[in-house]
Amino acid sequence: MTEERGIDVQGLVREFKGGVRAVDGIDLRVAAGEIYGFLGPNGAGKSTTVKVLTTLLPPTTGRATVAGYDVAKQGAKVRAAIGVALQDVALDPMLTGSEHMRLQGGLQGIPRAERGRRGDELLERVGLSDAADRKASTYSGGMKRRLDLALALLHKPRILFLDEPTTGLDVQSRTALWEEVARLAREEGTTVFLTTQYLEEADVLANRVGIIDRGTIVAEGTPAALKAQVAKPTVELVPRDGGECAAASAALAPFGEAVAPRTAGSIAVRLDSGADQLADIVRALDQANVAVMNLALHEPTLDDVFLAKTGRSLEGAAQEAPPEPAAERERALA
Amino acid sequence: MTALAHSALPSQVGLLAGRAIRRILRQPAQLVFPILFPLILLAVNTSGLDAATQLPGFPTASYLDFALAIPFMQGALFAALNGGQDLARDIQGGFLDRLAMTPMSGAALLAGQLGGALFMGVISAVLYLAVGVAFGAGIATGVAGALVLLALAIVISFAFACFGTFVALRAGTGEAVQGFFPLFFVLLFLSSAFFPRDLIEQDWFAIVATYNPVSYMVEGIRSLVIAGWDGQALAQAFGISAIAIVAFLALSARALRTRLVRT
Amino acid sequence: MSALGRTRSVALAVAWRSIHNAFTNPAFLLPSVLFPLFFFIAFAGGLSGVQNAPDFDYKSGYTSFQFAFVCIQAAAFGGVFTGFAIAADFEFGFARRLMLAAPNRGGIIIGYMISAMVRAIFVLGVVFLAGLVAGMRIDGSLGDLAALLVLALCVSAVATLWSAGIAMRLRTMQAGPAMQMPVFILLFLAPVYVPLNLVAGWVHDVARFNPATAFLEAARGFVSGEPTKVGITAICLVAMFALAALWARGGLRSAEQAG
Repeated sequence: MTEERGIDVQGLVREFKGGVRAVDGIDLRVAAGEIYGFLGPNGAGKSTTVKVLTTLLPPTTGRATVAGYDVAKQGAKVRAAIGVALQDVALDPMLTGSEHMRLQGGLQGIPRAERGRRGDELLERVGLSDAADRKASTYSGGMKRRLDLALALLHKPRILFLDEPTTGLDVQSRTALWEEVARLAREEGTTVFLTTQYLEEADVLANRVGIIDRGTIVAEGTPAALKAQVAKPTVELVPRDGGECAAASAALAPFGEAVAPRTAGSIAVRLDSGADQLADIVRALDQANVAVMNLALHEPTLDDVFLAKTGRSLEGAAQEAPPEPAAERERALA
Repeated sequence: MTALAHSALPSQVGLLAGRAIRRILRQPAQLVFPILFPLILLAVNTSGLDAATQLPGFPTASYLDFALAIPFMQGALFAALNGGQDLARDIQGGFLDRLAMTPMSGAALLAGQLGGALFMGVISAVLYLAVGVAFGAGIATGVAGALVLLALAIVISFAFACFGTFVALRAGTGEAVQGFFPLFFVLLFLSSAFFPRDLIEQDWFAIVATYNPVSYMVEGIRSLVIAGWDGQALAQAFGISAIAIVAFLALSARALRTRLVRT
Repeated sequence: MSALGRTRSVALAVAWRSIHNAFTNPAFLLPSVLFPLFFFIAFAGGLSGVQNAPDFDYKSGYTSFQFAFVCIQAAAFGGVFTGFAIAADFEFGFARRLMLAAPNRGGIIIGYMISAMVRAIFVLGVVFLAGLVAGMRIDGSLGDLAALLVLALCVSAVATLWSAGIAMRLRTMQAGPAMQMPVFILLFLAPVYVPLNLVAGWVHDVARFNPATAFLEAARGFVSGEPTKVGITAICLVAMFALAALWARGGLRSAEQAG
């Protein structure tokens, strides 16, 4: 039997009590060895999708296979094939790093002789060798994430799920984690399913990105292809005199469609063609006698993609979205 | 796969029990307070209520002998409470989800959790008995009785641990488990732990103490200390504890299934 | 505003807030009501037989005997629970806001103390009603009962200062047992269940020198209308108040150092 490393999701729905559809009909496919970035604001349904794919929540309807196994029916087989680092770092504050590795190794059924060696190896790789004998409660946020990742990797999973792995991390820890994830995919062929609310993370790390909003996927593709879809760069300028805004807008109108500017008090236009229009723009402004304080050309970002698909900016969307039903189990019990 | 998980059960239980014990040992406050507090209360009560032994019909001349059963109960209560809170913290912090991702069986999780409680139960029971004897308590049933007493104390401790585990699995938060503390307290104080049932003057109190199962657990331990072999008292104490263990284990197993909804 | 006026306005603001919190959030107030009430029920209900022991000499009955204890216990624990609230304020950062806003930080402690006393009055009222329902005999005059109230309030103030000193030094809710245990031990190494002459063993020796013994005996004297140990109680309270105030001030300094 060949080792299946892909993820295949068809029409996945997860509904919570009260009819809230956290995941509302998702289709997606992740190929072996691919890093798939699941991008969306808080409450979009990212974590719920991960919980369903990792067998922690049964789907309401729809079908999903992970590593070739049905998540609803072959939970144990799915779990044996995957490694998971959930959003809340799941550590026991009273145990040391190497004790965590040994406990996890034991529960995963790794032979005793191999347990210690493999644990040390992974701790070394995530840079925790020096802290291996300290209790997890003394770890910094970045160290906890790295230990969590090491635990997820202990049984050599073919597919790795990372739920917002860098939320709350400083830039340095974030970069280190990105490098490790990229290395896993590159050198060991591990498939990575990663959720994030950071554009940059999806852009840098993922081979392919699915953008999720309110439980449905609104766009999917490689970061470059997605950006090419909305594609046009935007020019944004601040007139020296606030009273000249109207004149500036008029001067820019022939070049493209006005869009919401990133900063207040400026004017933004998405260019019809490419950046080569810039010289014409400057000339037009000159002719209209608009003195410019600041002019910038923005290449499209994934945020522009999100904006184009949902009409909202990714940063702003987080506040509007309903909170993720994190306490779904409590509710199920109540 | 399932067969593999089952064959690994003893090893999983060992790992999880080891972790529970380690966790207790690393929180000295969790170890010292539950053991020390009952001893302080024993000293205070022994001095304060010694006068009660002069009442006609009081079953022994030493209040220390009479009250020796109380620390065992309190130790069991504290161990259950702390164990429950540890488990609730696992649930809240997501550690249970991490365990759920491994081939661990639910039974192993329960057994490991209760293993930690059992460990606390054994340590504190031996200690209470040793301190009691050192301060002059006499065990009417001798060495054999002391062993039965230890066994009973451990069984009782296990029963309360099952209760604490159930509450933790059901409620899932440390606060909720803490909220049960007053109930434990009420169960102990509104029993015949501090005064013989037939000498309680207030009728309503005597009725409550009669229907309170904790009374019979206390009286079982106490019979070994002050009265000698009393088959009925022992049968009641072991019986009630056994019923509690079976009931709360079953409830815990159900609550765990709901909690671990993994497919 | 004068320095005194400022202290007063800080104290009243802090007191208002913590009283408001206590009475609008039952979870705060409930423990300080339920614990004394429960002790009252358990001791007066379950142990009353002990009053038939030879040499048990208290004329107003066992319920009244325990009522006096519960008054002192409720007052002391009310102070400790206030200490919990102070520790929580530090842990959640609210205390920093108080420290920044208050020109005179001494007023903060006085404010907490006032709130503890208001809580104590409420709890004592509840316990008193419970006692009346249970058929407690009060042989003391209104003046005696007023004196009992003053005694309880003083105990509450001392316990608050003690707990505040700990709370402000450790600034975490983990400090709870450190506040509670010493108060608990002091209270219970006193004649709780029977008069001092019937307390046996080493606890008797400790209780003879325990100020809590004087408080309990004075409280029982007020309830039965035969005031006793009033002088020594007053002296102990003044001394303990002074020491606890110094202790709390040190705690405040430590909190100020920590920022």
